[in-house]
Amino acid sequence: MSDQTIDTAVDIGLEAAVEPVGPGAVLQRRPWLGILRDAVRIGRTRVGLGIVTVVVAVAVFGPLVAPHTPTEFIAAPNTGPSSDAIFGADALGRDVFSRFLHGGLSVLWMSAAATLIGVGTGVGIGLVAAYSRNWLDDVLMRGSDVVLAFPQIILALLAVSAIGPKLWLIVLVVAVGHAPRVARVMRGAALEVVERDFVKAAEAVGEKRSRIVFGELLPNVTSPLLVELGLRMTYSIGLIAAVSFLGFGLQPPTADWGLMINENRLSITVQAWSVLLPVLAIGLLTVGTNLITDGIARAAIGIGRKAER
Amino acid sequence: MSKLIWRRLALGLLTLWLISLVVFAAVLALPGDAATAILGKEATPDRVAALRDQLHLEDSVVSQYLQWIGGVLSGSFGTSAATQQPVSELLADRVGNTLFLVFVASIVAIPLSIALGVWMAMRRDRPVDHVASTVTLVLAALPEFVIGIGLVLLFATSVFQWFPAVSLLPPGEQAWEHPEVVVLPAATLILAVTPYISRIMRGSTIEVLESEYVTMARLKGLPERTVIWRHAVPNAIVPAIQVAALQLAWMAGGVVVVEYVFSYPGIGAALVDAVANRDMPVVQTVTMLAAAVYVVMNLIADIATIMVTPKLRTAAR
Repeated sequence: MSDQTIDTAVDIGLEAAVEPVGPGAVLQRRPWLGILRDAVRIGRTRVGLGIVTVVVAVAVFGPLVAPHTPTEFIAAPNTGPSSDAIFGADALGRDVFSRFLHGGLSVLWMSAAATLIGVGTGVGIGLVAAYSRNWLDDVLMRGSDVVLAFPQIILALLAVSAIGPKLWLIVLVVAVGHAPRVARVMRGAALEVVERDFVKAAEAVGEKRSRIVFGELLPNVTSPLLVELGLRMTYSIGLIAAVSFLGFGLQPPTADWGLMINENRLSITVQAWSVLLPVLAIGLLTVGTNLITDGIARAAIGIGRKAER
Repeated sequence: MSKLIWRRLALGLLTLWLISLVVFAAVLALPGDAATAILGKEATPDRVAALRDQLHLEDSVVSQYLQWIGGVLSGSFGTSAATQQPVSELLADRVGNTLFLVFVASIVAIPLSIALGVWMAMRRDRPVDHVASTVTLVLAALPEFVIGIGLVLLFATSVFQWFPAVSLLPPGEQAWEHPEVVVLPAATLILAVTPYISRIMRGSTIEVLESEYVTMARLKGLPERTVIWRHAVPNAIVPAIQVAALQLAWMAGGVVVVEYVFSYPGIGAALVDAVANRDMPVVQTVTMLAAAVYVVMNLIADIATIMVTPKLRTAAR
């Protein structure tokens, strides 16, 4: 029962998302392209894409259009909006709008890196475990249980307390937290594929194990893989922003959305903008990625149903 | 049945032991000399020596581990490197506050989300179901500190001023003596976990409502209320138990951020302070507690699942 993966924001049965490739079924060359194409036709996915595009554009091009540098003193601390600073000054008298425009890039690249490393490792572990089904499977899954027993934020804090607030460490520890969660899903999805005839055929021909795992198994579990990518991205953003918000991410005086919330939260009653802008941006970003993920999950199941008929 | 439960218990203990190794390893990972790393470069040699002694740094790694785990098992968690207070004394009041917060949040969130899930399932594909499903999707995506700060902006500062923005307590008093400080932190946790449980509950209720025995119960002419609450919900609740347990376990991490948002005097906020001060004995104790809560919650969920699933209950008897 504990093999069930339930810590997903999108709780549609993922087993249903494995494309049924029975004997005689035409194997699509790139099944993931079909899923993405179907996903884009769903309204929610489009809303999500729109939101994410806007937030990413702000983070990427923001530094180019910011009226001030992020560390420049422009007005008395916590002054309200004026013509020079449209969202006022923060607790140290710096321009809220400029700091907001400069502060998005870090959370974006860190979350993307953590997601790619975590999902990549998880897919590797999950597929190898599903294919080996012997002592290696047991060792990998038992190891996963240990990492799973730490709430991800606690694991991050434990690592930071030991090694210090290093950015690479935060990326790595978020990825390490993702890997076993992804591995469980991928193992579950791959277990069905392992039983299929074409895997046995590949074994009979004497294909290398690595070739079977990544050439035969991987292309048949792309739908849960896409869903996991979206889901882990949503969680990565939340976790990395949270670590920054707690003060263990980027260090002052860098402009960073999580850190901005931390620096200004005590003056929230006087100057709400310096907290509201980064909170809105992080919230919109996670909502956007989750809407996209939901669209992908729906599209993946739709494809499965079509093939069943 | 008992065989399955014993197996789960044994696995739980094994996991706890492996976790203790990871938590212990954190001290070994400190760069350079652990005592200097904790106290900082300005520390007097006397204090460094005292801390080295207290962490048993002169002994071998194995004996360090045995001393530490022996202390944890007998309830003595060492001395805080920052305040020189015993960790158990430092955390005693705070544990109660955190437990009270999690208790209030779960006692509201679990029935609420189960009812919400069933309600959504009964109105499947109608406009209200779509609205509720979008709202839960949005809430599930939001990081807990975003929800918390949203609540502060709405109910403590700009719009309404109903509750305190920070949950400060007079020294020596506990959270349950001042219920108003618990409202917003608990609401944050409730909003964070309800979407997950209610979405699972909706899905499994829909599945059960399509089953033959529910059709049978309807054909027998049973009132809809009996069909739902006597026949459908008890079967649909099994996946929800698992998710609810996972969400309660998640709270062990979620409270850290939520307590920090509201400066709530619990062990989560203490952990953030301890990490900032590199107060390793406190960090180790709180992480060990959080992981233990997770393992125990999963164990309870597994056992509860075995109890309520007739097939498992009678299997391996």
